Amino acid sequence: MGDEAKELVLKEVDRELLTNLLAQGKRMDERGLNDYRQVKVTKGVLSTAEGSALAQIGDSKVLCGVKYGEMTPFPDRPTEGVFMVMAEFLPLASPTFEPGPPSPYSIELARVVDRGIRSAEVIDTASMFIEEGKVLAIFIDLYVMDHGGNLTDTAALAAAAALSDTKVPKVVDGKIVRGDYVGPLKMPDKPVTSTFIKVGDKILLDPLRSEEHAADCQLTVGTIDGRVVCMQKSGAGSMKKSEVMECVDVALAKGKELRSYI
Amino acid sequence: METPELFKDGKRLDGRALDELRPIRIIAGVLKEAEGSAFVEWGGNKVICGIYGPRECIPKHGASPYTALLKCRYTMSPFASLEEHGRTGPNRRSTEISKVIREAFGGVVMSGEFPKTQIDIYVDVLQAEGGTRIAAIAAATVALANAGIPMKDMISGVAVGKAGGQLVVDLGKAEDNYGESDMPIAFTHRDKEIVFLQMDGKLTPEELGNCIDSAMEASEKVYALQSEALRKSYEAEGGQELDI
Repeated sequence: MGDEAKELVLKEVDRELLTNLLAQGKRMDERGLNDYRQVKVTKGVLSTAEGSALAQIGDSKVLCGVKYGEMTPFPDRPTEGVFMVMAEFLPLASPTFEPGPPSPYSIELARVVDRGIRSAEVIDTASMFIEEGKVLAIFIDLYVMDHGGNLTDTAALAAAAALSDTKVPKVVDGKIVRGDYVGPLKMPDKPVTSTFIKVGDKILLDPLRSEEHAADCQLTVGTIDGRVVCMQKSGAGSMKKSEVMECVDVALAKGKELRSYI
Repeated sequence: METPELFKDGKRLDGRALDELRPIRIIAGVLKEAEGSAFVEWGGNKVICGIYGPRECIPKHGASPYTALLKCRYTMSPFASLEEHGRTGPNRRSTEISKVIREAFGGVVMSGEFPKTQIDIYVDVLQAEGGTRIAAIAAATVALANAGIPMKDMISGVAVGKAGGQLVVDLGKAEDNYGESDMPIAFTHRDKEIVFLQMDGKLTPEELGNCIDSAMEASEKVYALQSEALRKSYEAEGGQELDI
Protein backbone atom coordinates (compact mmCIF):
# COMPACT_ATOMS: atom_id res chain seq x y z
CA MET A 1 0.00 0.00 0.00
CA GLY A 2 1.24 3.49 -0.78
CA ASP A 3 1.62 6.23 1.79
CA GLU A 4 -1.59 7.94 0.80
CA ALA A 5 -3.47 4.66 1.08
CA LYS A 6 -1.86 3.99 4.47
CA GLU A 7 -3.05 7.39 5.65
CA LEU A 8 -6.54 6.46 4.50
CA VAL A 9 -6.53 3.29 6.63
CA LEU A 10 -5.23 5.19 9.68
CA LYS A 11 -7.86 7.81 9.05
CA GLU A 12 -10.63 5.18 9.29
CA VAL A 13 -9.25 3.79 12.56
CA ASP A 14 -8.60 7.15 14.23
CA ARG A 15 -11.87 8.56 13.03
CA GLU A 16 -13.95 5.84 14.64
CA LEU A 17 -12.04 6.23 17.90
CA LEU A 18 -12.29 10.01 17.97
CA THR A 19 -15.97 10.05 16.97
CA ASN A 20 -16.79 7.70 19.86
CA LEU A 21 -14.80 9.84 22.29
CA LEU A 22 -16.37 13.07 21.06
CA ALA A 23 -19.82 11.56 21.57
CA GLN A 24 -18.88 11.26 25.26
CA GLY A 25 -17.61 14.84 25.23
CA LYS A 26 -13.95 13.77 25.29
CA ARG A 27 -11.02 13.94 22.94
CA MET A 28 -8.00 11.71 22.56
CA ASP A 29 -6.07 13.26 25.43
CA GLU A 30 -9.05 14.41 27.48
CA ARG A 31 -8.46 18.10 26.88
CA GLY A 32 -11.31 20.56 26.34
CA LEU A 33 -12.23 21.23 22.70
CA ASN A 34 -10.66 24.70 22.78
CA ASP A 35 -7.59 23.92 24.87
CA TYR A 36 -3.98 23.98 23.80
CA ARG A 37 -1.59 21.31 25.00
CA GLN A 38 1.33 22.51 27.09
CA VAL A 39 3.15 25.30 25.28
CA LYS A 40 6.83 25.99 25.76
CA VAL A 41 9.02 28.52 23.99
CA THR A 42 12.77 28.83 24.43
CA LYS A 43 14.46 31.75 22.74
CA GLY A 44 18.09 32.21 21.81
CA VAL A 45 18.92 28.52 21.51
CA LEU A 46 21.49 29.00 18.71
CA SER A 47 24.47 31.32 18.77
CA THR A 48 25.23 31.14 15.03
CA ALA A 49 21.86 32.51 13.94
CA GLU A 50 20.83 36.17 14.31
CA GLY A 51 17.71 34.92 16.06
CA SER A 52 16.39 31.54 17.13
CA ALA A 53 13.71 29.79 19.14
CA LEU A 54 12.45 26.33 19.91
CA ALA A 55 8.68 26.10 20.20
CA GLN A 56 6.87 23.09 21.59
CA ILE A 57 3.17 22.46 21.65
CA GLY A 58 2.60 19.09 23.28
CA ASP A 59 4.99 16.70 21.59
CA SER A 60 5.47 18.85 18.49
CA LYS A 61 8.80 20.58 18.29
CA VAL A 62 9.81 23.21 15.76
CA LEU A 63 13.10 25.04 15.76
CA CYS A 64 13.34 28.36 13.96
CA GLY A 65 16.57 30.00 12.90
CA VAL A 66 16.71 33.53 11.52
CA LYS A 67 19.67 34.46 9.33
CA TYR A 68 20.44 37.73 7.59
CA GLY A 69 21.92 37.95 4.12
CA GLU A 70 22.52 40.45 1.32
CA MET A 71 20.41 40.24 -1.79
CA THR A 72 19.41 41.96 -5.01
CA PRO A 73 15.94 43.45 -4.37
CA PHE A 74 12.92 42.44 -6.40
CA PRO A 75 12.62 44.70 -9.47
CA ASP A 76 9.18 46.03 -8.47
CA ARG A 77 10.41 46.95 -4.96
CA PRO A 78 13.98 48.14 -5.50
CA THR A 79 14.39 49.81 -2.09
CA GLU A 80 12.78 47.18 0.10
CA GLY A 81 14.40 44.33 1.95
CA VAL A 82 13.23 40.79 1.47
CA PHE A 83 12.22 38.03 3.84
CA MET A 84 11.29 34.44 3.21
CA VAL A 85 10.01 31.55 5.23
CA MET A 86 11.03 27.96 4.45
CA ALA A 87 10.03 24.78 6.26
CA GLU A 88 12.04 21.60 6.42
CA PHE A 89 10.18 18.46 7.51
CA LEU A 90 13.18 16.56 8.86
CA PRO A 91 12.99 12.80 8.29
CA LEU A 92 13.74 12.31 11.99
CA ALA A 93 10.49 14.07 12.91
CA SER A 94 8.07 11.37 11.80
CA PRO A 95 8.05 7.90 10.21
CA THR A 96 6.00 9.43 7.38
CA PHE A 97 8.59 12.11 6.51
CA GLU A 98 11.08 11.08 3.87
CA PRO A 99 14.21 12.81 2.62
CA GLY A 100 13.71 14.59 -0.68
CA PRO A 101 12.24 17.74 -2.17
CA PRO A 102 9.74 19.66 -0.03
CA SER A 103 6.27 18.12 0.11
CA PRO A 104 3.14 20.17 -0.59
CA TYR A 105 2.51 20.05 3.17
CA SER A 106 5.81 21.69 4.08
CA ILE A 107 5.38 24.28 1.34
CA GLU A 108 1.87 25.06 2.56
CA LEU A 109 3.03 25.37 6.17
CA ALA A 110 5.85 27.75 5.26
CA ARG A 111 3.57 29.86 3.08
CA VAL A 112 0.86 30.15 5.74
CA VAL A 113 3.44 31.25 8.35
CA ASP A 114 4.90 33.65 5.77
CA ARG A 115 1.47 35.17 5.05
CA GLY A 116 0.89 35.76 8.76
CA ILE A 117 4.18 37.63 9.18
CA ARG A 118 3.71 39.55 5.92
CA SER A 119 0.10 40.56 6.60
CA ALA A 120 0.90 41.64 10.14
CA GLU A 121 3.59 43.94 8.66
CA VAL A 122 5.95 43.14 11.51
CA ILE A 123 9.15 43.35 9.48
CA ASP A 124 9.99 46.86 8.34
CA THR A 125 11.39 46.00 4.92
CA ALA A 126 12.00 49.69 4.09
CA SER A 127 14.68 49.78 6.82
CA MET A 128 16.57 46.96 5.08
CA PHE A 129 17.85 48.99 2.13
CA ILE A 130 21.67 48.96 1.86
CA GLU A 131 22.52 50.67 -1.44
CA GLU A 132 21.22 50.67 -4.99
CA GLY A 133 20.78 47.06 -6.11
CA LYS A 134 21.43 45.69 -2.64
CA VAL A 135 19.14 45.05 0.32
CA LEU A 136 19.15 42.96 3.47
CA ALA A 137 17.34 39.66 3.37
CA ILE A 138 15.96 37.75 6.35
CA PHE A 139 15.78 33.98 6.00
CA ILE A 140 13.36 32.39 8.42
CA ASP A 141 13.95 28.63 8.44
CA LEU A 142 11.60 26.30 10.26
CA TYR A 143 12.99 22.92 11.25
CA VAL A 144 10.25 20.47 12.16
CA MET A 145 11.88 18.01 14.56
CA ASP A 146 9.00 16.10 16.14
CA HIS A 147 5.55 15.72 14.64
CA GLY A 148 2.97 15.45 17.37
CA GLY A 149 0.26 17.23 15.40
CA ASN A 150 -0.53 20.89 14.76
CA LEU A 151 2.81 21.75 13.21
CA THR A 152 1.44 25.01 11.81
CA ASP A 153 0.81 26.66 15.18
CA THR A 154 4.08 25.33 16.57
CA ALA A 155 5.97 26.69 13.55
CA ALA A 156 4.25 30.10 13.61
CA LEU A 157 5.04 30.39 17.31
CA ALA A 158 8.68 29.42 16.70
CA ALA A 159 8.93 32.01 13.91
CA ALA A 160 7.42 34.84 15.98
CA ALA A 161 9.65 33.94 18.93
CA ALA A 162 12.79 33.70 16.80
CA LEU A 163 12.04 37.07 15.17
CA SER A 164 11.54 38.66 18.57
CA ASP A 165 14.96 37.23 19.51
CA THR A 166 16.62 38.58 16.36
CA LYS A 167 19.49 41.08 16.41
CA VAL A 168 20.03 43.24 13.35
CA PRO A 169 23.60 42.85 12.05
CA LYS A 170 25.86 45.81 11.44
CA VAL A 171 26.41 46.72 7.78
CA VAL A 172 29.74 48.31 6.81
CA ASP A 173 30.61 49.24 3.22
CA GLY A 174 27.57 47.39 1.93
CA LYS A 175 28.48 44.19 3.72
CA ILE A 176 27.16 42.45 6.83
CA VAL A 177 29.70 42.28 9.64
CA ARG A 178 29.02 38.86 11.17
CA GLY A 179 28.78 38.79 14.93
CA ASP A 180 28.40 42.57 15.22
CA TYR A 181 24.91 43.95 15.83
CA VAL A 182 23.22 47.35 15.83
CA GLY A 183 20.33 46.26 18.06
CA PRO A 184 17.24 44.09 18.28
CA LEU A 185 14.86 43.71 15.34
CA LYS A 186 11.87 45.95 16.03
CA MET A 187 8.71 43.92 16.02
CA PRO A 188 5.49 45.84 16.61
CA ASP A 189 3.34 42.70 16.71
CA LYS A 190 3.72 38.97 17.14
CA PRO A 191 1.60 37.07 14.65
CA VAL A 192 0.60 33.56 15.77
CA THR A 193 -1.83 31.03 14.37
CA SER A 194 -4.54 28.85 15.85
CA THR A 195 -5.45 25.68 14.00
CA PHE A 196 -8.75 23.85 14.28
CA ILE A 197 -9.97 20.57 12.87
CA LYS A 198 -13.53 19.62 12.12
CA VAL A 199 -14.67 16.10 12.92
CA GLY A 200 -18.33 15.53 12.12
CA ASP A 201 -20.03 18.57 13.63
CA LYS A 202 -17.37 19.13 16.30
CA ILE A 203 -14.52 21.62 16.10
CA LEU A 204 -11.29 21.04 18.04
CA LEU A 205 -8.36 23.36 18.65
CA ASP A 206 -4.73 22.19 18.52
CA PRO A 207 -5.17 18.69 17.07
CA LEU A 208 -2.94 15.77 17.99
CA ARG A 209 -1.40 13.84 15.13
CA SER A 210 -4.03 11.10 15.56
CA GLU A 211 -6.81 13.69 15.69
CA GLU A 212 -5.52 15.20 12.45
CA HIS A 213 -5.90 11.74 10.91
CA ALA A 214 -9.55 11.73 11.81
CA ALA A 215 -10.32 15.26 10.62
CA ASP A 216 -12.67 16.18 7.79
CA CYS A 217 -10.82 19.42 7.31
CA GLN A 218 -8.63 21.94 9.04
CA LEU A 219 -8.73 25.72 9.42
CA THR A 220 -5.78 27.85 10.43
CA VAL A 221 -6.45 31.40 11.61
CA GLY A 222 -3.49 33.74 12.05
CA THR A 223 -3.97 36.67 14.42
CA ILE A 224 -2.45 39.75 15.94
CA ASP A 225 -4.30 41.72 18.62
CA GLY A 226 -7.90 42.14 17.43
CA ARG A 227 -7.18 41.35 13.78
CA VAL A 228 -7.11 38.27 11.60
CA VAL A 229 -3.98 38.26 9.43
CA CYS A 230 -4.25 35.00 7.53
CA MET A 231 -6.47 32.02 7.05
CA GLN A 232 -6.08 28.71 5.34
CA LYS A 233 -8.58 25.91 5.01
CA SER A 234 -7.10 22.56 4.12
CA GLY A 235 -8.40 19.03 3.84
CA ALA A 236 -11.31 17.69 1.86
CA GLY A 237 -14.22 18.60 4.12
CA SER A 238 -16.18 21.82 4.36
CA MET A 239 -17.21 24.38 6.98
CA LYS A 240 -20.14 26.67 7.47
CA LYS A 241 -19.76 30.41 7.81
CA SER A 242 -20.84 30.16 11.47
CA GLU A 243 -18.11 27.59 12.14
CA VAL A 244 -15.47 29.78 10.54
CA MET A 245 -16.60 32.77 12.63
CA GLU A 246 -16.50 30.67 15.79
CA CYS A 247 -12.91 29.62 14.99
CA VAL A 248 -12.00 33.27 14.39
CA ASP A 249 -13.31 34.28 17.85
CA VAL A 250 -11.45 31.48 19.61
CA ALA A 251 -8.28 32.20 17.61
CA LEU A 252 -8.32 35.87 18.63
CA ALA A 253 -8.59 34.89 22.31
CA LYS A 254 -6.05 32.07 22.11
CA GLY A 255 -3.62 34.26 20.16
CA LYS A 256 -3.20 36.42 23.27
CA GLU A 257 -2.43 33.31 25.30
CA LEU A 258 0.16 32.07 22.77
CA ARG A 259 1.86 35.48 22.58
CA SER A 260 2.31 35.43 26.34
CA TYR A 261 4.78 32.53 25.93
CA ILE A 262 7.06 34.56 23.65
CA MET B 1 6.18 51.88 -1.37
CA GLU B 2 3.74 54.09 -3.28
CA THR B 3 0.21 52.77 -3.11
CA PRO B 4 -1.69 53.74 -6.25
CA GLU B 5 -5.24 55.06 -6.00
CA LEU B 6 -7.70 52.19 -6.12
CA PHE B 7 -10.79 54.34 -6.57
CA LYS B 8 -11.62 57.10 -9.02
CA ASP B 9 -14.74 59.26 -8.58
CA GLY B 10 -16.16 56.69 -6.15
CA LYS B 11 -15.76 53.83 -8.60
CA ARG B 12 -13.18 51.08 -8.91
CA LEU B 13 -10.38 51.51 -11.45
CA ASP B 14 -12.20 49.47 -14.09
CA GLY B 15 -15.47 51.28 -13.35
CA ARG B 16 -17.05 48.42 -11.43
CA ALA B 17 -19.34 48.80 -8.41
CA LEU B 18 -18.03 47.40 -5.10
CA ASP B 19 -19.96 44.16 -5.43
CA GLU B 20 -19.64 43.77 -9.19
CA LEU B 21 -17.85 40.85 -10.81
CA ARG B 22 -15.58 41.24 -13.80
CA PRO B 23 -17.06 39.86 -17.05
CA ILE B 24 -16.87 36.06 -16.97
CA ARG B 25 -17.06 33.72 -19.94
CA ILE B 26 -17.05 29.94 -19.55
CA ILE B 27 -16.94 27.33 -22.31
CA ALA B 28 -17.19 23.62 -21.52
CA GLY B 29 -15.79 20.79 -23.63
CA VAL B 30 -13.12 22.68 -25.57
CA LEU B 31 -10.48 19.90 -25.66
CA LYS B 32 -10.78 16.69 -27.63
CA GLU B 33 -8.37 14.35 -25.83
CA ALA B 34 -9.25 15.19 -22.24
CA GLU B 35 -12.29 13.47 -20.77
CA GLY B 36 -13.64 16.79 -19.66
CA SER B 37 -12.47 20.35 -20.14
CA ALA B 38 -13.36 23.98 -19.70
CA PHE B 39 -12.01 27.38 -20.62
CA VAL B 40 -12.66 30.33 -18.35
CA GLU B 41 -12.06 33.98 -19.13
CA TRP B 42 -12.54 36.01 -15.97
CA GLY B 43 -11.67 39.65 -16.51
CA GLY B 44 -8.04 39.49 -17.64
CA ASN B 45 -7.60 35.91 -16.47
CA LYS B 46 -7.58 33.08 -18.98
CA VAL B 47 -7.56 29.59 -17.58
CA ILE B 48 -7.90 26.17 -19.18
CA CYS B 49 -8.70 22.95 -17.37
CA GLY B 50 -8.57 19.34 -18.56
CA ILE B 51 -9.68 16.23 -16.66
CA TYR B 52 -8.36 12.70 -17.04
CA GLY B 53 -9.73 9.65 -15.26
CA PRO B 54 -10.84 7.76 -13.39
CA ARG B 55 -7.84 5.91 -14.76
CA GLU B 56 -5.15 3.56 -13.51
CA CYS B 57 -3.24 4.95 -10.56
CA ILE B 58 0.41 5.82 -11.11
CA PRO B 59 2.46 4.71 -9.26
CA LYS B 60 0.34 1.59 -8.82
CA HIS B 61 1.35 1.07 -5.19
CA GLY B 62 -0.12 4.48 -4.40
CA ALA B 63 -3.61 3.25 -5.24
CA SER B 64 -6.24 3.13 -2.52
CA PRO B 65 -8.54 0.13 -2.10
CA TYR B 66 -11.25 2.53 -0.88
CA THR B 67 -11.29 5.42 -3.25
CA ALA B 68 -9.99 7.16 -6.33
CA LEU B 69 -7.09 9.49 -5.60
CA LEU B 70 -7.90 13.00 -6.66
CA LYS B 71 -4.89 14.88 -8.00
CA CYS B 72 -4.54 18.46 -9.09
CA ARG B 73 -1.81 20.32 -10.90
CA TYR B 74 -2.26 24.08 -11.16
CA THR B 75 0.47 25.92 -13.04
CA MET B 76 1.03 29.37 -14.41
CA SER B 77 2.37 29.80 -17.95
CA PRO B 78 5.68 31.67 -18.37
CA PHE B 79 3.83 34.32 -20.40
CA ALA B 80 0.95 34.78 -17.95
CA SER B 81 2.00 38.05 -16.37
CA LEU B 82 2.70 41.52 -17.68
CA GLU B 83 6.07 41.44 -15.95
CA GLU B 84 9.09 39.37 -16.92
CA HIS B 85 9.05 35.86 -18.40
CA GLY B 86 8.24 33.34 -15.69
CA ARG B 87 9.53 29.83 -15.20
CA THR B 88 7.63 26.93 -16.69
CA GLY B 89 6.25 24.29 -14.38
CA PRO B 90 5.37 24.06 -10.72
CA ASN B 91 6.83 26.33 -8.03
CA ARG B 92 6.11 26.82 -4.33
CA ARG B 93 3.09 29.02 -4.96
CA SER B 94 1.54 26.67 -7.50
CA THR B 95 2.25 23.62 -5.32
CA GLU B 96 0.29 25.16 -2.47
CA ILE B 97 -2.57 26.22 -4.74
CA SER B 98 -2.69 22.76 -6.34
CA LYS B 99 -3.00 21.22 -2.89
CA VAL B 100 -5.84 23.41 -1.68
CA ILE B 101 -7.75 23.16 -4.97
CA ARG B 102 -7.48 19.37 -4.81
CA GLU B 103 -8.81 19.45 -1.26
CA ALA B 104 -11.69 21.74 -2.22
CA PHE B 105 -12.89 19.09 -4.67
CA GLY B 106 -12.05 16.22 -2.30
CA GLY B 107 -15.34 16.66 -0.49
CA VAL B 108 -17.59 16.92 -3.55
CA VAL B 109 -16.14 14.46 -6.07
CA MET B 110 -17.58 10.99 -5.32
CA SER B 111 -14.17 9.33 -5.39
CA GLY B 112 -15.44 6.33 -3.44
CA GLU B 113 -17.16 5.12 -6.61
CA PHE B 114 -13.83 4.43 -8.28
CA PRO B 115 -11.43 2.58 -5.97
CA LYS B 116 -7.85 1.94 -7.11
CA THR B 117 -7.96 4.72 -9.69
CA GLN B 118 -6.91 8.35 -9.92
CA ILE B 119 -8.65 11.41 -11.28
CA ASP B 120 -6.41 14.20 -12.56
CA ILE B 121 -7.36 17.85 -12.60
CA TYR B 122 -4.94 19.82 -14.77
CA VAL B 123 -5.38 23.59 -14.70
CA ASP B 124 -3.15 25.98 -16.57
CA VAL B 125 -3.27 29.73 -16.24
CA LEU B 126 -2.58 31.24 -19.66
CA GLN B 127 -3.04 34.85 -18.64
CA ALA B 128 -3.26 36.26 -15.15
CA GLU B 129 -4.87 39.38 -13.71
CA GLY B 130 -5.51 38.52 -10.06
CA GLY B 131 -7.89 35.82 -8.86
CA THR B 132 -6.45 32.96 -10.90
CA ARG B 133 -7.11 30.28 -8.25
CA ILE B 134 -10.78 31.16 -8.16
CA ALA B 135 -10.96 31.12 -11.97
CA ALA B 136 -9.16 27.75 -11.83
CA ILE B 137 -11.80 26.40 -9.44
CA ALA B 138 -14.59 27.68 -11.70
CA ALA B 139 -12.95 25.93 -14.67
CA ALA B 140 -12.25 22.69 -12.77
CA THR B 141 -15.85 22.36 -11.56
CA VAL B 142 -17.19 22.71 -15.09
CA ALA B 143 -14.51 20.41 -16.53
CA LEU B 144 -15.22 17.69 -13.93
CA ALA B 145 -18.92 17.85 -14.73
CA ASN B 146 -18.08 17.86 -18.43
CA ALA B 147 -16.05 14.68 -17.86
CA GLY B 148 -19.13 13.06 -16.35
CA ILE B 149 -17.45 12.55 -12.97
CA PRO B 150 -20.11 12.24 -10.28
CA MET B 151 -20.08 15.13 -7.81
CA LYS B 152 -22.28 15.85 -4.82
CA ASP B 153 -22.41 19.49 -5.74
CA MET B 154 -20.89 22.21 -7.88
CA ILE B 155 -18.29 24.59 -6.49
CA SER B 156 -18.27 28.31 -7.20
CA GLY B 157 -16.19 31.01 -5.64
CA VAL B 158 -14.81 34.51 -5.80
CA ALA B 159 -12.05 36.51 -4.18
CA VAL B 160 -13.33 39.17 -1.81
CA GLY B 161 -11.38 41.52 0.39
CA LYS B 162 -10.61 45.06 1.38
CA ALA B 163 -9.03 47.63 -0.90
CA GLY B 164 -8.74 51.37 -0.34
CA GLY B 165 -10.69 50.94 2.91
CA GLN B 166 -13.71 49.36 1.22
CA LEU B 167 -14.97 45.79 1.06
CA VAL B 168 -14.77 44.74 -2.59
CA VAL B 169 -15.89 41.70 -4.51
CA ASP B 170 -13.70 40.02 -7.15
CA LEU B 171 -10.42 41.85 -6.61
CA GLY B 172 -8.58 42.96 -9.73
CA LYS B 173 -4.81 42.90 -10.01
CA ALA B 174 -4.14 46.32 -8.45
CA GLU B 175 -6.66 45.66 -5.66
CA ASP B 176 -5.00 42.33 -5.02
CA ASN B 177 -1.47 43.79 -5.01
CA TYR B 178 -2.10 47.03 -3.15
CA GLY B 179 -5.32 46.34 -1.23
CA GLU B 180 -5.42 45.63 2.50
CA SER B 181 -6.76 42.11 2.33
CA ASP B 182 -7.51 39.32 -0.12
CA MET B 183 -9.74 36.37 0.65
CA PRO B 184 -10.41 33.82 -2.07
CA ILE B 185 -13.31 31.63 -1.01
CA ALA B 186 -15.48 28.97 -2.65
CA PHE B 187 -18.76 27.37 -1.67
CA THR B 188 -20.82 24.36 -2.60
CA HIS B 189 -23.92 25.51 -4.42
CA ARG B 190 -26.71 23.83 -2.44
CA ASP B 191 -25.52 24.02 1.19
CA LYS B 192 -23.21 27.02 0.95
CA GLU B 193 -20.51 25.01 2.68
CA ILE B 194 -17.06 26.59 2.49
CA VAL B 195 -14.73 24.21 0.66
CA PHE B 196 -11.95 26.66 -0.16
CA LEU B 197 -10.73 29.50 2.02
CA GLN B 198 -7.54 31.47 2.16
CA MET B 199 -6.96 34.95 3.45
CA ASP B 200 -4.18 37.44 3.87
CA GLY B 201 -4.04 41.06 4.98
CA LYS B 202 -5.69 42.50 8.06
CA LEU B 203 -9.41 42.19 8.81
CA THR B 204 -11.54 42.53 11.90
CA PRO B 205 -13.94 39.65 12.60
CA GLU B 206 -16.85 41.90 11.49
CA GLU B 207 -15.22 42.70 8.16
CA LEU B 208 -14.44 39.05 7.70
CA GLY B 209 -18.07 38.06 8.24
CA ASN B 210 -19.24 40.69 5.76
CA CYS B 211 -16.69 39.43 3.23
CA ILE B 212 -18.04 35.89 3.50
CA ASP B 213 -21.61 37.16 3.01
CA SER B 214 -20.82 39.14 -0.12
CA ALA B 215 -18.74 36.26 -1.49
CA MET B 216 -21.70 33.93 -1.04
CA GLU B 217 -23.90 36.28 -3.04
CA ALA B 218 -21.38 36.74 -5.85
CA SER B 219 -20.71 33.00 -6.05
CA GLU B 220 -24.34 32.47 -7.02
CA LYS B 221 -23.72 34.54 -10.15
CA VAL B 222 -20.65 32.46 -10.97
CA TYR B 223 -22.68 29.29 -10.46
CA ALA B 224 -25.31 30.50 -12.94
CA LEU B 225 -22.60 31.02 -15.58
CA GLN B 226 -21.08 27.60 -14.86
CA SER B 227 -24.46 25.85 -15.27
CA GLU B 228 -25.17 27.79 -18.44
CA ALA B 229 -21.81 26.71 -19.88
CA LEU B 230 -22.59 23.06 -19.13
CA ARG B 231 -26.08 23.35 -20.64
CA LYS B 232 -24.58 24.73 -23.83
CA SER B 233 -22.02 21.93 -23.99
CA TYR B 234 -24.79 19.34 -23.99
CA GLU B 235 -26.48 21.12 -26.88
CA ALA B 236 -23.28 21.31 -28.92
CA GLU B 237 -22.32 18.09 -30.60
CA GLY B 238 -18.68 16.99 -30.72
CA GLY B 239 -17.36 19.62 -28.34
CA GLN B 240 -17.09 23.36 -28.62
CA GLU B 241 -14.69 25.75 -30.27
CA LEU B 242 -11.83 26.91 -28.03
CA ASP B 243 -12.45 30.62 -28.42
CA ILE B 244 -9.60 32.16 -26.45
